[in-house]
Amino acid sequence: MAEFKEAPAGASMGVKTMTWLENRFPTAFDAYKVHMSEYYAPKNFNWWYIFGSLALLVLVIQIVTGIFLVMHYKPDAGLAFASVEYIMRDVPWGWLIRYMHSTGASAFFIVVYLHMFRGLIYGSYRKPRELVWIFGCAIFLCLMAEAFMGYLLPWGQMSYWGAQVIINLFAAIPLVGDELSTLIRGDFVVGDATLNRFFSFHVIAVPLVLLGLVVAHLLALHDVGSNNPDGVEIKKGPKDAQGRPLDGVPFHPFYTVHDIYAVCLFLMVFTAILFFAPEFGGYFLEYNNFIPADPLKTPPHIAPVWYFTPFYSMLRATTSDFMPFLWAFLGVVGVMTVRRSASLPSMLKVSYWGLLAVLFFLFDVHGVVLGWMGVKIPATMHGLDAKFWGVVVMGGSVLIMAFLPWLDDSPVKSIRYRPDWHLYVYVVFVVFFLILGYLGVQPPSAGGTLVSQVGTLFYFGFFLVMPWWSRLGTPKPVPDRVTFHAH
Amino acid sequence: MKKLIALLLASLSLAGAAHASSGGIEWDKFPKEKMSDMASLQNGAKLFVNYCLNCHAAAYMRYNRMRDIGLSDADIKSNLLFAADKVGETMKVSLDPKDAKAWFGANPPDLSVIARSRADGAKGSGADYLYTYMRSFYRDDTKATGWNNMAFPSVAMPHVMWELQGQRAAKFEEVPDPHDHEKKTHVFAGYQQLTPGTLNERQYDEAVADLVAYLQWMGEPAQGQRFQLGVIVLIFLGFLTVFAWRLNASYWKDVK
Repeated sequence: MAEFKEAPAGASMGVKTMTWLENRFPTAFDAYKVHMSEYYAPKNFNWWYIFGSLALLVLVIQIVTGIFLVMHYKPDAGLAFASVEYIMRDVPWGWLIRYMHSTGASAFFIVVYLHMFRGLIYGSYRKPRELVWIFGCAIFLCLMAEAFMGYLLPWGQMSYWGAQVIINLFAAIPLVGDELSTLIRGDFVVGDATLNRFFSFHVIAVPLVLLGLVVAHLLALHDVGSNNPDGVEIKKGPKDAQGRPLDGVPFHPFYTVHDIYAVCLFLMVFTAILFFAPEFGGYFLEYNNFIPADPLKTPPHIAPVWYFTPFYSMLRATTSDFMPFLWAFLGVVGVMTVRRSASLPSMLKVSYWGLLAVLFFLFDVHGVVLGWMGVKIPATMHGLDAKFWGVVVMGGSVLIMAFLPWLDDSPVKSIRYRPDWHLYVYVVFVVFFLILGYLGVQPPSAGGTLVSQVGTLFYFGFFLVMPWWSRLGTPKPVPDRVTFHAH
Repeated sequence: MKKLIALLLASLSLAGAAHASSGGIEWDKFPKEKMSDMASLQNGAKLFVNYCLNCHAAAYMRYNRMRDIGLSDADIKSNLLFAADKVGETMKVSLDPKDAKAWFGANPPDLSVIARSRADGAKGSGADYLYTYMRSFYRDDTKATGWNNMAFPSVAMPHVMWELQGQRAAKFEEVPDPHDHEKKTHVFAGYQQLTPGTLNERQYDEAVADLVAYLQWMGEPAQGQRFQLGVIVLIFLGFLTVFAWRLNASYWKDVK
């Protein structure tokens, strides 16, 4: 325990109160120092670095508005839709609270996508920040679960059929799929039981995990210190007499004033959408979702909300025609891996080829080849069908991000000091991600499927071939200290 | 790379085209200025309770919310309150869903948020659709109700406002199929007035525009308040941003 402090004689009431509090709750005062007033963040942050704080702001908006929505919302298949309209019409300021929550959901993903992209281009996931990145990936997964379950609650047509489609994906898992999807729904079709458990998960279970992960993300970050656009460690740079890095500034007040400014700019955009275009052209609130859920009427076109569509596109791209390309791709990457790992023990190589043989069967390569030759085999002899691999591709496209710290082999962290052409790799990656997102909103079309298949291969190629392409080219010299131009 | 981009663009335009051609005719533009015209909104409310509120409910909408479009409780009670006793009630109808199913083949949907639900990113807003739909009925003896609609082919709803518009027939022409010159396609070529209505064409369009303005307003009665508050909030944030910008600059000017 810290030593008991005495306020100096004649101290003001404020000082006395603070001393009283500090003697009884020193942890809070230490935490303030560690995370705010004595947390040294690099002074060369650019505007890419505001999205972490903004994500925290949106999280708070979602929690606070969510608390008020739960006061009036009814998680009952017969009442849910009406209770949302009740909030929109009869609850004082209910429309504002609801629009804050619905716009907040989309804003959360915009901010988080930008935050992740920042990490990507400046190498913020690399040693020693691997865990910060992994916690972040877990937060992103939680956020997807939270958004998916929350979207069922208004109980409109898109809520209902979107949930139906996504839960049915779990049925593609071999052996346990059917039971698993029934377990998730709590019924054989999406119904009242589903709505109740999704409500419970949306307001209690997932937010609890999410908050825990956010705390872990921040604590881990403050232990290792923030990265910066130069990818230079300020802790390794020069220090002053007290051991504080010369290239860092205390988070408070320097980055708090920075963030207040950014929050104002963000809120201008956020409120402009909230007040003047809360539906955002049918992307934030889908038009079909103003029709109450009807289990007997399937909408002609079911699309998830925009923030899921890049991943949904990759699911749709995995058709049975696409499978041979997926094998070829996996084979090429596999050969490269084995060639590169010349130093690996032969045990690993053998098991790798064994794994490939198992995949060969599971991918139903033999089934397709025999099919081409006109030979029919019983259904049980086939491997898994394209639907299952579509689910694997979609899940894999999210999970693969967590492996980034071990895929990037570039000698430098930041895009600033990478060979120029690396920038174009990131640009093409982003363009494909956006195109995949766009195509996921559209009804399926032959041309669209082809483009999303190319996009899927590029997306996975970006990650899986990273151990090679990130080492190519000559990096520029990295400075010893961060580059900073006084304001 | 160029080929890839060309392919991309081609597929995107294809995808867009597929979206646009999802049945029905092109939608006319709803005259938006009606939304700020109280007389139009009130006339729309009158048309709504007289023509729509017999089969369709608006179960999330309270009668007394019409105060927001300039009507007093007394106005509402004496002119608009046919299906309920108190102005605080919601707009329900006594039509039994089973009867509705038997009579029309479908349940008349609730109209509370109908204008919000009928929008289509490629074709127009929900108000555009409703404005087109209510002006696209024509006589068709092959249908059970004797009516059909260009914007919603084979719709179960008969033309409720036919006395206002009069009866019309649709003319179709046989034209060669642009994709296959051997074949002919059936193309819509305008309406033909069979019997006159109590309103002329321009007056009928105005009446429908009023009705659609009301439906649009009823979809979100808070929308007027939303716009007003939005302007105030943005002005406030504008000032706050300038303050935050200078605050930030004053702290950072000493960082070298």
